[in-house]
Amino acid sequence: MSVSTLLENWSDYRHLHPVDDVPHNPYKWAMSIDLDACSGCNACSVACYAENNLPVVGREKFAHGQAMHWMRIERYWDEDISAPGGRDFPDQGAQFLPMMCQQCEAAPCETVCPVGATNHTPDGINSQIYNRCIGSRYCSANCPYKVRYFNWYDYPTTDNVWPAEMNQQLNPDVTVRGKGVMEKCTFCIQRVTVAKNNAKTQGRLVRDGDVQTACQQACPTSAISFGNLVDPESKVYKQWKAQHVELDKEAQTKDKEEGGSDLRGYRILEELRPYPSVMYLERVRETAI
Amino acid sequence: MKDIREDIAWAKINQDVLKSLENPRKLFWIILFVAIAMVGVAVGCEIYQYQVGLGVGNFDNPHMWGLYIATFIFWIGMSHSGTLLSAILHLMHADWRKPIYRFAEAMTTFSLMTAGLFVAVHLGRVWQIYYALPYPNGRQVWPNFQSPLLWDAMAIFTYLSSSILFLYVGMIPDLAICRDNMRDCWRKKFYTVLSLGWEGTDRQWRNFRVTYLTIACFLIPLAVSVHSIVASDFAMSQQPGWHITSFPPYFVAGALYSGCAAIITLFIILRYVFKFEEYMTLPILKKTVRLTFAIAMVWTYLNFIEYASVWYGHNQVAKDLLIQKATGPYAPFWWAMNFLGSVVPFIMFFKRFQTNIPVLMVVSLLLNLGMWLERWMIVAPTFSHGYYPWTWDHSQWPSFVQWGIVFGSFGWFTMLFMVFCKVFPSVSMYEVKEMVYHRSRETKKLGAVEGAH
Repeated sequence: MSVSTLLENWSDYRHLHPVDDVPHNPYKWAMSIDLDACSGCNACSVACYAENNLPVVGREKFAHGQAMHWMRIERYWDEDISAPGGRDFPDQGAQFLPMMCQQCEAAPCETVCPVGATNHTPDGINSQIYNRCIGSRYCSANCPYKVRYFNWYDYPTTDNVWPAEMNQQLNPDVTVRGKGVMEKCTFCIQRVTVAKNNAKTQGRLVRDGDVQTACQQACPTSAISFGNLVDPESKVYKQWKAQHVELDKEAQTKDKEEGGSDLRGYRILEELRPYPSVMYLERVRETAI
Repeated sequence: MKDIREDIAWAKINQDVLKSLENPRKLFWIILFVAIAMVGVAVGCEIYQYQVGLGVGNFDNPHMWGLYIATFIFWIGMSHSGTLLSAILHLMHADWRKPIYRFAEAMTTFSLMTAGLFVAVHLGRVWQIYYALPYPNGRQVWPNFQSPLLWDAMAIFTYLSSSILFLYVGMIPDLAICRDNMRDCWRKKFYTVLSLGWEGTDRQWRNFRVTYLTIACFLIPLAVSVHSIVASDFAMSQQPGWHITSFPPYFVAGALYSGCAAIITLFIILRYVFKFEEYMTLPILKKTVRLTFAIAMVWTYLNFIEYASVWYGHNQVAKDLLIQKATGPYAPFWWAMNFLGSVVPFIMFFKRFQTNIPVLMVVSLLLNLGMWLERWMIVAPTFSHGYYPWTWDHSQWPSFVQWGIVFGSFGWFTMLFMVFCKVFPSVSMYEVKEMVYHRSRETKKLGAVEGAH
C-alpha cells in the first residue's frame, strides 16, 4: 500500500465490517431462535454435549463457573429474585434464552487473538483452531457475550471425564480438547462440512434442511432454525427477511420507526457492532402464566 | 544541604563501592534468604498449577484473567522509573541521579524479567508460547499482527533487550575498576571478560559517551510505548471500564509513579545494607521524593479524568461498572487504591517528611500497594460485571495459588536485585566521581574551600 493511498484515498480502503470486504458466496450460516417456542428444557444443551465431546465437569466445578456448556439455557425471572423477600424459584415468570457463540461477522475475539487461533471462515463461521491456541484468553476477555469456554483442567486424561468404555461414545468427527485451549460453539461445523462435501459430489449447493445443528435437531419445539442466509429458499433467510433484520447493520431500520415495530426479531448487543449471526424472536407473552 | 560531599577522594569512592561487593550488612543475607523462600512458594504453586490446570487458580468463565495480568502490569510499570532516572534525567543533565541510577536501571531489567514470567504463568499452554513470536516457519503461519497482545510481546522483548544493553554499557567503566581492584578469584576473570578490555583511553571514553547517549535516546520512546501498548491491551478491547481513550497516558503515569515509589524503597534498603550513606544522601532522597510527589499528582489527575470520561460518557454499562467498583464487592480495594494513590502521597508534600527515612519507607510501600491495587481494579471488576448480565460473577476470588505466585514474584525480583547488587557495583563509580569533580569545581569558582584530594 503506497503512501499516496494512505494520505489521499484511505476512505476507499476502510471497511466497516467484513461483510463489505468478502461477500458471502455461496454460504453464510446463520440461525434464528424463537424464544416464544423455547420451553427451557435443556435438550439443546445436552445434544451439544453429546455431539461436540463437551466434558461434564461435575457439580463442584460447575458451581465454580467452570462449566463447558457451549449452548447454555439462561433463566430470567419476571420478578426481581434478589429483592428482599424474593424467592430463588418463584412459582411463575421464568423466561429462557438459549445462548451460544453468536458467530459475529466482526468478531471482537478474532482481532485480539495474538496467534490468530480464531478466524473467520468464508462461509461466515467464527472458527477456533485448537492446535494453534496458546490460551491467552484474550478472546474471551473481549467477548461481550462471554460464550467462550476455557479448558481449565485436562479433562480427557487427568480428570478422566470419559473413563474406559465411556470414551466409545465420543464423536469421532470432533477433536477432544486438552488442557489450556479455548473452545466454543462451532455451529456444528463437522456437520456443515459433511453436507457441503455431499452436495459437492452431487454437483449442487447445500439445500435448506441438508444440515441441522445438534441443538436444532434436539429441540422438541423447533425453536431453533439454522441455515444459509444467502439462500432465498432457506427458512433462516425468510425469517430474517420477515423480521426486517439485516446482518450488516448495527441498528435495524425497523427499530427507528415511530412508535416502535411490532416485529419480534432482534439481535443481542447489536449496538456494539459485532454483527452477530443469530437472530432471536422476542416472546409474545408479556409474562408467563 | 549538598547532594554529595565534594571532598570525597576518588580512591575512597572506589573503595566504598567495591566494599559493597564484599561485606554487606547481615540484613543482606536475611533479605536474600527470605526472597529465595518466597520464590520457593511461587515455584510450588506453579508446579501444582502446571500439573493440574489453571482451574486451581479459581478462574472461571467471566474471570478469565486475574491477579497474573494485574501483577504483570504492575511489574511492567515498575520498570519505567529506571529509564526515567537514567535516560530522561541524563538528557536533562540532572546530575543528582548519578549515585542512584544504576540500581534504578537494574530494577528496570529485573522487573521486566518478573513481568515476563507472568505471561508464562498466565498462558494455558505455556509450552507453545513461541507461537506468539513472528518467527519464520515452513507453514508460513504468522501471529496476528492486529492483536495488542502481540504488540505487547514485541514491545516487551525490545524494551528488555535494550534495557539490559543500556545497563551493561553504562557499567563498562565500573567493571574495569572492579577488574583492576580484585584479587585473583572468579570475580577477577568475570570482570575481565565483561569489561571488554576497557582502559579508559580518550578514544574509548568518546565512543562510550556516544553509545550511551544513543541508547538513552532509543530507550525513552520505548519506555513510553511499552506501557502505552500494555494499556492498549485494555483500551483496544471493547469491554466496559477498559475501552477508555486516556488509558495509555494513565498507564504511563501509573508506571512512573510505582517505579519512583519503588526507587525510594530500594534507596532506603541499599543505603543501609551496603553502607552507602555517603552517596545516597538525604538531599538526593528529597529530590526523588519531590519527583514522586509530582508524578503522584499527575496520576491522580489522570485517574479523575478516567472516572470523569466514564461518568459523563454515553456508555451506561461502563458507568454501571464504575458504580459497581465503588459499591460492590471490590469497593474496599477500590477505595483503598484511591486513598493510597492520591491521599497518602500528600505526606511527601511536607518538608519534614521528605527526608524522614522510616516514614518514607512506609509511605513508598503503601504507594506501591496502592498502585498494585490500581492494576487489579482495572483488570478484575470488568470481568465480574461486563456487558452480559447473565455472566456477572461477583463472588469468585483468586485462590491461594494465584496469591502464592504473586507473593513469590516479589521474592523473585528481590532475589535477582540483591544478587545483582552483590555482584555488580550498584553505585556508578565513574559518574559519582564526575559529580564530585563538577561540584568541587563549582566551589572553587565561588572561592570556597578547596576539596581535600
